[in-house]
Amino acid sequence: MPALAVENLTKRYPGGAAPAVDAISFEVAPGGTVGLLGGNGAGKTTTIAMVLGLLIPTEGRIVALGHDMARDRFAALARMNFSSPYLALPHRLSVRENLTVYAHLYDVARPARRIAELADELDLGELLDRPSGQLSAGQKTRVALAKSLINRPELLLLDEPTASLDPDTGDVVRTWLERYRAASGCALLLASHNMAEVERLCDQVLMMKRGRIVDRGSPAELIARYGREDLEEVFLDIARDRALSRDRAHEAV
Amino acid sequence: MRASLRRIWGMLFRHVSLYRRSWPRLLELAYWPTLQMVIWGLTARFFAARLGVAAAGASGALLTAASVLLGGVLLWEFALRSQMGVAISFLEEIWSRNLGHVFVSPLRPAELVTALFTISVLRTLAGVLPAVLLAWMLYAFNLFAMGPVLILFMVNLMAMGWWVSLAVVSLILRHGAGAEALAWSVLFGLAPFSCVFYPVSTLPAALRPLALALPSAHVFEGMRAVLNHGVIAWGHLGWAIGLNALWMAAAALLFARQFRAARVRGALLTIGE
Repeated sequence: MPALAVENLTKRYPGGAAPAVDAISFEVAPGGTVGLLGGNGAGKTTTIAMVLGLLIPTEGRIVALGHDMARDRFAALARMNFSSPYLALPHRLSVRENLTVYAHLYDVARPARRIAELADELDLGELLDRPSGQLSAGQKTRVALAKSLINRPELLLLDEPTASLDPDTGDVVRTWLERYRAASGCALLLASHNMAEVERLCDQVLMMKRGRIVDRGSPAELIARYGREDLEEVFLDIARDRALSRDRAHEAV
Repeated sequence: MRASLRRIWGMLFRHVSLYRRSWPRLLELAYWPTLQMVIWGLTARFFAARLGVAAAGASGALLTAASVLLGGVLLWEFALRSQMGVAISFLEEIWSRNLGHVFVSPLRPAELVTALFTISVLRTLAGVLPAVLLAWMLYAFNLFAMGPVLILFMVNLMAMGWWVSLAVVSLILRHGAGAEALAWSVLFGLAPFSCVFYPVSTLPAALRPLALALPSAHVFEGMRAVLNHGVIAWGHLGWAIGLNALWMAAAALLFARQFRAARVRGALLTIGE
């Protein structure tokens, strides 16, 4: 059974002419990582919001960890988590207090012990008693990652997890995600504009444009299909509607 | 049930931590209720002194009038602070850009509302009790002299604050942070119809039905019955409880509909913008 199954998912915003997400289907296997790639407005964030239950789809079905998100989303949400640089944790609370809040919300057994584990693994020990608002961008990202792992999620959704991070911190985060995935069998759904990150982490990439999946495959398959050097060039081919690439992409989809 | 209580406690812990770290916030809770009480207490004392000279022998009635004024000020603060407690705690999540994290956690909307109501009780007690104590010290006015019925007055006024705030939160979900001014202002608009300082019969006849549709008007009629005649107006209390139940059901329905509408429109993603 896939960790996440998305079937014919469509979102039309009230009053919107074109659908923001248009009949997309995909699966994420346990232990697998699927990347959502596309330009701004391609539908990545809308897709993630629907998977998280923040947004009600116009059509289609989402089954996360065996639970239909339309009927039973809270059972799935308890076993999932999410991280995004566009959300924050309350600035005035210390890192430890913020993590304790989420340990309670996710009904984590022995919160203090779990927080100590995460502090050890993500090198947060010195930050635990500092107000979250006083941390640097890199430190905030590590704390956000700790929050997203507080409940040992089986499905983790990441919206641009390394945006605005320096290369060193970005690499630390990616390495940690790889380690966590290998150790836990967690499935990852990742939206990112960082092609190197997608190439490194994802075993399946969904290329999105105007709400539709216009191509899909492993990073290596996509690079070979478009005859390019790397995923960034593939991204540009698709973004700029280069005719040959698009025809081949349609065949693949 | 245990997991549900833990989630509610998680939200409580979040707000208690916030106040524990910020004494200006804690001070602000008690600032306005105390200020109001001091101003109205001095006003009552002034009138009592002036009129007392003119009408010697009427001191008992004047004392009662002053009690009605101070009792009204302090009890109205229970409604006001309870309403602000819920609405501002919800706004805290928007201001800190934390709402998205909260809504993708397993916290149910009903648990969020329960947590917000509980936070509002703590905020209200922290805000109003110092003013109650000061009223006793400065003006020898003992709010608790009303007896156990005082608890029913307080609970009804706080319940009114809750359903008003639930309607405010619904409007914030509908109109975004642009509606946040309602968090401070909405209950002031209901004050004239709540008849805090005067009987409902003082209002023009056309406005009386509007006043009597509010639980607060019945609570203050009940308060005056206790202070003026020493009797408990059970009829008014019954109306207050019934109206609170009715308005609470309507506000809960509005909240549920607006929460769902926000999930359709994508407002939970953009609510702070």
